[in-house]
Amino acid sequence: MAPAGFLSKKRMEDFLKEIGKDALVHVPVLEGNVVVFRPYGQNQTINLERPANAPPKAVIFPQSDTFFTFRFIKDPQDPKKVSVEINPPSDFPEAIIFGCRPCDAKGFKIYDKVYIEANGPDPYYMGRREKTTIITLACPAPSAGCFCTALGGGPAEKDGSDILMTDVGEGFYLEPVTEKGDKLLKAQGVAQLIEDGAKYGQEATKRQKDTHDSVKKPFESINYRDLSRDLFDDDRFWEEMVSKCISCGACTYLCPTCYCFNITDEKTLEQGERLRSWDSCMFKHFTLEASGHNPRPTKFKRYKNRIGHKFLWYPEKYEEIIACCGCGRCIRYCPVSVDISEIVSNLRKTE
Amino acid sequence: MSIEALKETIGKVLKDVDVVIAYKEGFDALHSTPHFITSPEQIDKMIWNPLCVHNLTTYLPSMKNKKVGVVVKGCDSRTIIQFIQEGLIERGKVVVIGIPCKGVISVAKVLKAIDHKPIENISFSDNGDITITSEGEKKVLSLNDVSPDKCTTCQYPTPLIYDHLIGEEIKTEKPAESVYGDIREFEKLSLEERLKYWQGEFDRCIRCYACRNACPMCVCQDSCIAETRDPHWISQRLNLTEKFMFHMIHALHLAGRCVECGECERVCPMGIPVNKLKRKINLDMKELFDYEPGVKLDEKPPMFVFNVEEAKIKEHKI
Repeated sequence: MAPAGFLSKKRMEDFLKEIGKDALVHVPVLEGNVVVFRPYGQNQTINLERPANAPPKAVIFPQSDTFFTFRFIKDPQDPKKVSVEINPPSDFPEAIIFGCRPCDAKGFKIYDKVYIEANGPDPYYMGRREKTTIITLACPAPSAGCFCTALGGGPAEKDGSDILMTDVGEGFYLEPVTEKGDKLLKAQGVAQLIEDGAKYGQEATKRQKDTHDSVKKPFESINYRDLSRDLFDDDRFWEEMVSKCISCGACTYLCPTCYCFNITDEKTLEQGERLRSWDSCMFKHFTLEASGHNPRPTKFKRYKNRIGHKFLWYPEKYEEIIACCGCGRCIRYCPVSVDISEIVSNLRKTE
Repeated sequence: MSIEALKETIGKVLKDVDVVIAYKEGFDALHSTPHFITSPEQIDKMIWNPLCVHNLTTYLPSMKNKKVGVVVKGCDSRTIIQFIQEGLIERGKVVVIGIPCKGVISVAKVLKAIDHKPIENISFSDNGDITITSEGEKKVLSLNDVSPDKCTTCQYPTPLIYDHLIGEEIKTEKPAESVYGDIREFEKLSLEERLKYWQGEFDRCIRCYACRNACPMCVCQDSCIAETRDPHWISQRLNLTEKFMFHMIHALHLAGRCVECGECERVCPMGIPVNKLKRKINLDMKELFDYEPGVKLDEKPPMFVFNVEEAKIKEHKI
């Protein structure tokens, strides 16, 4: 692995153009009052000051993804005979996420367990995952609702990223984390733009630590066994916690670790496509069965499931890993300020 | 208005209802959160200040099996009247605690004003000044500069319907013509310019339906055309056409019904000005039918009545 480098802010645009020669680069852009990931292009204001309103999860796990398109073809000799032509999607593009945040990068690690490791690889997820390089920015400051450190992460956590950049004033301190990241930094055109980073190491460490210490910690650490099952199964607890929930999907769609989906055939008479699209466990339809029965008819049962999935069942299944990265978006953007960190705190056993 | 008077009233109301919906402190200094009070010891946690932005009446249609007390500002009170006009709540099962309001904050505007820095403390003075402590430094903002647009042209600072009024009535000094000033300005743009504007805005939509679920007048909720497969009006594909379709239907279903509380716009995590569409339609409804939603108890929304002839619609005249 190459030693850490330094990228001057004056050369950032050159860097983006250079890495954009072989890949589609997604950057956080200011639009109005919000920050969203967009393909790098002209007339954009790149914003690295605060986390994007929505994480870049759609780069690897698109909100709607075409598994294949299909077409019904009638036999001209015998119109009753209809054959189906199926066309899989073309290859996935090389992609780079620039300005990802450590929490968002950690989210992809949560997905990897489900979509690659546990059940055999999902070709759509893995196809994009393998072709995506993640350049993460160590958070310069926590945002309202952030609580990554309580979940074992941190504003300079490297796990999940290929390169970690830290803002050190006039530029970024660049640490390669994986072979993929190392390769990108060593590529000829890119290497020319990178200076030796040795003299910025100390400043980067200091800034990383300062931010780390300023992140709110609603609890010290957490293991799924710490949660009270009695309280978890008490309906009154959920009524008290989430009476205010309005059952929208903002928390799940903004969540870097939510990965539930729906599969639908969207078709006209003669052709169509099979889509995988994000679904939200906060919606009543999520568990509506064909019989009309709904095992989670109330918002209390639905919210309980959201917590159960992230803090109990996922860790039970996958090496005790909590499926929440503490990015705080579900708190920050909840229409009624439901606070997941408060709810989890309240669920912890008191003794 | 004194918070003590409000707490005392809530204490009295609570004896007669299952729950009182008010506000309490949220997860940080800038956010309040709805507070469902079911026992007297919860009353002390409630707050009242310009952070109390939510329209709490939005919960009422889904709580028909309960008797509910609810705290409302002037703007929120219009929802109650609209609910009654449309038969969506039983008046006898709702106790309205009204508070005359001098304006609330827009979280988005405050964050913009302080460059999205973390907030340690916020305090309000009677003259409309807001003092914010951020990164150890104090900054003073004026409430007028960081209020949502609805406050800057507010016509109904005092609730139009209430069982208990806490504090002195406030009369508006804002001209009635100002209410749709922004819409009239926007209408001056060409059709192409407006299309381009909305395409840019709706492109950010993530279809989380926060706008729909926060809307007190969106009563279809779980039978919404946005998600039903039968009829299959909208597909799951994430493209501009589908997003447009949802937002247009959302807006049209609120024609002459939207009480302009602005919740749809406030809650949008992607900062899309969705209330603008509804207000444009409301302006048309006002000009056509001389109707303003949620203002007079004995009115009927124009889309709820059928007249063979309409004074201002020529096409209907045979």
